[in-house]
Amino acid sequence: MSKALLYDSTLCIGCKQCEQACATQNNLTYNDAIATEEFQSAHKLTTIVTKGDKFMRRLCMHCEHPACASACPVGALHKTKEGPVTYDVWKCIGCRYCMVACPFNQPKYEWGSLNPRVRKCIMCPDRVTAGKQTACAEICPTGATKFGERNDLIKEAKDRIRQNPSNYLDRIYGLNEVGGTCVLILSAAKVEDFGYPASAKIGDTPMPEYTGRVMEKVPDFIPVWSLVLGGIYWISHRRQEVAEAEAHEKTNGSSR
Amino acid sequence: MKIKLTFWKVVFLVIMALGLYSTYVRYLHGLGAVSNMSDQFPWGFWIGFDCLCGVMLAAGGFCMVGAVYLFNVESLHSVVRPAVLTAFLGYLLFIVGLLFDLGRPWFIWHQLIYMNPHSVMFEVGMCVMTYTTVLFFEFLPNVFERFNLQQPIKWIKKIYPVLIVAGILLSTLHQSSLGSLYLIMPSKLHPFWYSPALPFFFFASAVAVGLAMTIFESTQSAKALGRHLELSVLVRLGGALLVALWVNALLRFEDFFHRGMLRQILKPSYEAYFLWLELALSFVIPIALLSFKKVRLSPQGLYLASVISLFGFITNRLNVSLIGFETYVGHHYMPKWTEFSVTLMIIAMGFALFGVAVKYLPIFPQEELSQERSTKPQLHVPVTSPVLEHAGD
Repeated sequence: MSKALLYDSTLCIGCKQCEQACATQNNLTYNDAIATEEFQSAHKLTTIVTKGDKFMRRLCMHCEHPACASACPVGALHKTKEGPVTYDVWKCIGCRYCMVACPFNQPKYEWGSLNPRVRKCIMCPDRVTAGKQTACAEICPTGATKFGERNDLIKEAKDRIRQNPSNYLDRIYGLNEVGGTCVLILSAAKVEDFGYPASAKIGDTPMPEYTGRVMEKVPDFIPVWSLVLGGIYWISHRRQEVAEAEAHEKTNGSSR
Repeated sequence: MKIKLTFWKVVFLVIMALGLYSTYVRYLHGLGAVSNMSDQFPWGFWIGFDCLCGVMLAAGGFCMVGAVYLFNVESLHSVVRPAVLTAFLGYLLFIVGLLFDLGRPWFIWHQLIYMNPHSVMFEVGMCVMTYTTVLFFEFLPNVFERFNLQQPIKWIKKIYPVLIVAGILLSTLHQSSLGSLYLIMPSKLHPFWYSPALPFFFFASAVAVGLAMTIFESTQSAKALGRHLELSVLVRLGGALLVALWVNALLRFEDFFHRGMLRQILKPSYEAYFLWLELALSFVIPIALLSFKKVRLSPQGLYLASVISLFGFITNRLNVSLIGFETYVGHHYMPKWTEFSVTLMIIAMGFALFGVAVKYLPIFPQEELSQERSTKPQLHVPVTSPVLEHAGD
């Protein structure tokens, strides 16, 4: 079963320790200036967005059927069986189709680099495969970000809503969105107000299906279309041959 | 005559100088310094114009090869070679453009070893690679003829049916898959342009553009080279263009109708203005023009209608790739001047290479003829054209 993160925004106190732990884990600099940036970038893979007294965390959603992985022409991005969507920089050619394809706009780019990488949260795959939790979940002082089995976390999220219905919107963001994600969000305010795409807009259909419907026809299309084209070629040239032969016969006949 | 030539040479040199400066910025300071692309707009003008429009404008190659060699429309024979040349150059320059746009162009060959068959981008990449090879072989006879190498021409002739079928197959696949690229973004691309039928639109419009482009390029090169223009060829192409435009327009209408968009596209909005511009240029005006027999029979009229429709389809590609994302992103994207200058440089290279090829290779058999005609007047005039029209087979 795949691992996941449950982020409960009602428990979050906006301490931004997850940001710092994430930066350390990914060898990125973190300082006061970066801490005030409330948007993600190649040097800030997760961020806490503050609106009044409410907080919301943004990070890669680690979709069950990731658009980025299906879009990548060289398979640099892929879904691991443990849950994380990881990135092999040595395969990447820099086409940035992943960035355009991602419904959550998570992949970011090193625009200033001469050998740029795509950067996004990769859910600490080394730690996860070693049986540890992600850096952000480990450091979170209130348990707002919790690491675990996806199914267990869904159960827990439902329990929290049931026990405290006045605290939460009755919804787990990421449960079914684009076919389900490995980041699940509980909140009192609408996640859409913090930059997340509306559920209705992205839908429950996994994004790769939209291109898959066309791509799955390609293997059949190639032989069929080749035959059709070859047939047209043969017929049109055969007609010419016949016409020429007839003309030839005629001239021969008349000369005799 | 000489002054005009120098003027264009100066323009060319200025474009090249600015382009080289931008090239320097691109490779020594990175994509961020040379372009206005950002995490919000990861694909900019180079994808929208150089790639989408570039490949579309190169569609004349497969259209003319299809018409002449597949359907055996003999009367269009004189335009095949320039169309194939344009397509070959177009694809080469598209690859040059890609080397600017890719973040890690030195790994472009990874496409061949780390394949992801689920990716539309992979399909586009493979098709472009193989189709450029096919175009190279379709172009080669020009070179062989130039040096009078009979044996290799025979070899190419033997594989010609395969080349023709492969070329059209690959073109069908990747012209349409450039549209499929956008299928994965239903939540991002504006509903005016996001449609499950995008691959069909991209292919159908490529056929129309192939015809319009052939009219444009025959007229242009006739003017530049002082060649005699074969009106009968243009008239045929113009008729086909009218049909192709109608088919495209009906496809688009059907799509808007089925998606319940008809009311929305009539309401003024930022996107609607661009859509109106696109529909007016690609369908309304050229169809209206071509509906007059007078226009269909005049070289100027055909040229005008073709150029307008070309601008229309270019607007379409830019709408799909840039304008259609602005509302989603929440701000406008305007290319930096260095982005434009790289594109201009690539286009200028295309014109220059076309000029060189036409000068040294038997692209226009007629052209050599007119020179011959001018040196030895009167003698050849009536005999020539039908004979030499098929000289290159």
